[in-house]
Amino acid sequence: MIRLEGVTKAFGAKQVLRGIDLDVETGESLVVIGGSGTGKSVLLKCILGLVRHDAGRILLDGEDVTRTDRDAFLARFGMLFQGGALFDSMPVWQNVAFRLLRGPGRLPKAEARAVAIEKLARVGLDADTAELYPAELSGGMQKRASLARAIAAEPDIIFFDEPTTGLDPIMSGVINALIREIVTEMGATAVTITHDMSSVRAIADRVAMLHAGKIRWHGPVSEMDAAGDSYLRQFITGAADGPIGTLR
Amino acid sequence: MIRAATRPLAFVGRTVLGLLGAIGRVAIYFGATLGHVLRPPWYPRELLHQLLHIGWLSLPVVGLTALFTGGALALQIYAGGSRFNAEAVVPSIVAIGMTRELGPVLGGLMVAGRVAAAIAAEIGTMKVTEQIDALVTLSTNPMKYLTVPRVLAATLSLPVLVAVGDSIGIFGGYLVGTTRLGFDPATYIRNTADYLEAWDVISGLVKGAVFGCIVAVMGCYHGMNSERGARGVGRATTRAVVSASILILAANYLLTEAFFSA
Ligand SMILES: Nc1ncnc2c1ncn2[C@@H]1O[C@H](COP(=O)(O)OP(=O)(O)O)[C@@H](O)[C@H]1O
Ligand SMILES: [Mg+2]
Repeated sequence: MIRLEGVTKAFGAKQVLRGIDLDVETGESLVVIGGSGTGKSVLLKCILGLVRHDAGRILLDGEDVTRTDRDAFLARFGMLFQGGALFDSMPVWQNVAFRLLRGPGRLPKAEARAVAIEKLARVGLDADTAELYPAELSGGMQKRASLARAIAAEPDIIFFDEPTTGLDPIMSGVINALIREIVTEMGATAVTITHDMSSVRAIADRVAMLHAGKIRWHGPVSEMDAAGDSYLRQFITGAADGPIGTLR
Repeated sequence: MIRAATRPLAFVGRTVLGLLGAIGRVAIYFGATLGHVLRPPWYPRELLHQLLHIGWLSLPVVGLTALFTGGALALQIYAGGSRFNAEAVVPSIVAIGMTRELGPVLGGLMVAGRVAAAIAAEIGTMKVTEQIDALVTLSTNPMKYLTVPRVLAATLSLPVLVAVGDSIGIFGGYLVGTTRLGFDPATYIRNTADYLEAWDVISGLVKGAVFGCIVAVMGCYHGMNSERGARGVGRATTRAVVSASILILAANYLLTEAFFSA
């Protein structure tokens, strides 16, 4: 289980997170929603230790993440980055098999390649794609290849940062269904960031809304539509007038 | 009044402080790199790849630079030497000039333009597209995976490039000397061999290793610290080339002082 207690983070004078309290239960799928630039990506990066939070505590199974063994900690995670972040110096299959080809438990090349091709098939990419370089793929294919990389080493915990942004509605639907299937099938804990309400409904067990550096609302997805919070309502309906200022 | 008068002083102060801060950060980065060189895991495939890119692919640039420089050097020394009937020093001065100074310095500067820029642009792009973050989440230390192979490859390749550059430069002098200045080929070669000492060559190779290290460290440092966006990467690239070039010239002076001042 992941627990955040009063996590804050500022970049220079800009306070991004102002005290985040959040629990993610083992095996559940949490979706974090919130406007652009509210610090959703920063939140995930703080948990992973890519960005050092200023104050508060982040615990994984009761242990402070800043004090755990980094390698063992990171081995439990998979992350799909907002922009894909595929390594453009190597073909797709080596991207997917990156972790399998390195480190203490590394596999022989042929075996790692077979796993990569299997994972690519899992996200709907064929074996021909495996030999291409990331720059040769369309946006949707890059997202899928990244998704394959995130799940390749079968992590316990997977973070998806805006998995459907920039994709057409059909491809979004495909990716949403894939994420839901993968999470259910692998029994993984998942945290997904999105501002796409169809993703929320497809992926979430629970929803948390980030606004002004704090968790504004959280609860089961089934209670989301009936919730009285005016900020959440505005976000769901996409109305231009409401408590969330539209001039950002 | 007083504000206006002290403004230049404030500017000087800020610049000096900024410079000292930058030197400190680079020193810390360099220290961290050395620490990672000594501790596993190592990535030999990455090292080979970088040896190819930094060393092998710089050969044409360094070779051509040396060829023209050696030729021009022969012409100048002949012109200067003839003012006091010392035209015969052309072969030995060309050789000493190339091996001690021009081979390493011009080789270093050309590689700074080619390699520091390429490294900063590549690593800077990786940084702004979250590929560095992705490396970390895949349990790979970017210092070990990106910085160490590049720094090692540049430090190892530059002495070799300098040796090749020295030879081609001396050959450039020989070509000009024998075809344009009327030297006898056998005499030219004998003169070169007789006056050139091992230390002339070795000091230049040591300089080369230092310059190679500077080039790669500046490329990696500025790439890793690239600001966000395309503009950030562009700035990082410029900074890498400028700082590498200045540091090479400064280090060259210090090394020359250390090696040759009596
Ligand atoms: N490395 C960084 N340096 C400076 N500012 C940053 C950095 N990362 C994020 N920010 C700022 O933090 C805010 C939140 O960013 P982010 O978490 O990416 O937003 P989003 O919710 O859209 O994912 C933005 O205003 C962004 O400019
Ligand atoms: Mg984001």
